[in-house]
Amino acid sequence: MMADLSSLTIAGARDLMRSGEALAQDIAEACLAEISTASALNAVCHSTSEKALEMAEAADARRAAGEDIGVLGIPIAVKDLFCTAGFASQAASRILDGFVPTYESTVTENLWDRGAVMICKTGMDEFAMGSSTETSCYGPAVNPWRRTGDETPITPGGSSGGSSTAVAANLCMAALGTDTGGSIRQPAALTGTIGLKPTYGRCSRWGIVAFASSLDQAGPMTKTVRDAAILLGAMAGHDAKDSTSADIAVPDFEAALTGDIRGKRIGIPAEYREGLPDEMEAYWQNGMQMLRDAGAEMVDISLPHTKYALPAYYIIAPAEASSNLARYDGVRYGNRAALGENDGIVDLYEKTRAAGFGAEVKRRVLIGTYVLSAGYYDAYYLRAQKVRRLILRDFEEAWTRCDVILTPTTPEPGFGLGEVSDPLAMYLQDVYTVTVNLAGLPGLSVPIGLSESGLPLGLQLIGKPWDEAGILNVGNELEARAAFTARPDKWWI
Amino acid sequence: MSVDKDTVRRVASLARIAVEEQDLEPLAGELNGILDWVEQLNEVNVDGVEPMTSVTPMALKQRADGVTDGDRRNDILANAPDHREGFFAVPKVVE
Repeated sequence: MMADLSSLTIAGARDLMRSGEALAQDIAEACLAEISTASALNAVCHSTSEKALEMAEAADARRAAGEDIGVLGIPIAVKDLFCTAGFASQAASRILDGFVPTYESTVTENLWDRGAVMICKTGMDEFAMGSSTETSCYGPAVNPWRRTGDETPITPGGSSGGSSTAVAANLCMAALGTDTGGSIRQPAALTGTIGLKPTYGRCSRWGIVAFASSLDQAGPMTKTVRDAAILLGAMAGHDAKDSTSADIAVPDFEAALTGDIRGKRIGIPAEYREGLPDEMEAYWQNGMQMLRDAGAEMVDISLPHTKYALPAYYIIAPAEASSNLARYDGVRYGNRAALGENDGIVDLYEKTRAAGFGAEVKRRVLIGTYVLSAGYYDAYYLRAQKVRRLILRDFEEAWTRCDVILTPTTPEPGFGLGEVSDPLAMYLQDVYTVTVNLAGLPGLSVPIGLSESGLPLGLQLIGKPWDEAGILNVGNELEARAAFTARPDKWWI
Repeated sequence: MSVDKDTVRRVASLARIAVEEQDLEPLAGELNGILDWVEQLNEVNVDGVEPMTSVTPMALKQRADGVTDGDRRNDILANAPDHREGFFAVPKVVE
């Protein structure tokens, strides 16, 4: 019974709680039981089990009093990037060791107000800079999936890899991620789960540790497309504390899952074919056929600046990060390095940041500082911002011909932990996802099948600004037709 | 454009990150790897293109210039590595 409850979807758990067959407390306990046997996955970085049981009890009381909201009593795993009042929130960085916020991020506050349950905090790449969770100060999370007949530990993707692991291994009903260049969608693809990056501005960024403020966006990581619709609805909304959060109504995303995508024009960008492995190409073709069978129409489109998205990103994101991470100075919060007797304030800054930041974070802060420095700003940063405009224009042109774009989420399935050590090779993980962040669009990853090696692969749906409902509706059809029901062997118990 | 050891030293100083002398050279190599790769942006014709400074086309909101929060000294100091008498404490700044 316990294991069955943890494998529920949000919608399934909601039904059981509505009918009185299960309490939120039963469901929370089932998830906590799974967490207690999953230490080999290293998905959880901070336990919140006592709080979870309290929240579940409160949710049951609210339901008994007649409340019935979508996420009431639903256990959610929270990426370590979200500030959660009274619970360690350290962006998987040593520099925030011991940091316990006195405030709650808007997105998590929205969820707790609606009665969701914080089941645990999840590991990630340090400051969300990475695609494998290997830059985490907690060590990498391990994908529940393994290659067939092979025990090599596989990355669950990153940066939201603790969250993708938690969803795939049924440690929670759903999880929160953040996505700056692909950090929700790539981990979802690599773990056979659903990941949605909303339109920039759909969810408040307030209280989420900032990486690159013009690219960061929080989103749901779930077991089904329907669950992503339910969770996004509970997370989203205007927030006066984030001036870039959009003051527009949040639609009923679940109601948008009509099952009817007849006549929808699905754009297929030619540029994504370049260098695409045959296996992924075949699944992409399958996905097109499934949508054709559902009555949609495939339209060839071109996104000519696609190949320049990653290099532009690796100027813009580090530039913004170098500015955002300037706040970690060892004065106001986090870890201060041990100082010598004659050390002054500059030594305090320099030693604290040298000891507190990992290698990848240092690399990006240095790149960002360099491209913003006098004499180089025009050549790098300004040029990248112009290329970013061209990438946006590519999409604007595409929307005159199609409603939704279908692409692979990643070129390949998850790699073995430790197998990719070159930073540039790691950056290529985001080759199909990063354009979406640069253009501020919504993107959804849906599992499509298993690779020959036995690992999950995903397809990505990209939507027009604010059209999460559109990609969720198409994604729902893709999910139904792909019928991805494979489960990893539970080797970690 | 490529960075040398001295440039890395200068940038690290701007970024307030202490870098050991023996780490400067390898770091220069890593940064050059990334900078060489982003050089491909020079192939793109950006003549007359406005840099993108706003992600979604909306005007930045304005609000009344009023006090909306405050009186949280203890909250603000709660995570300070060192604080004394209601202030953040740091090594001597002025001789």
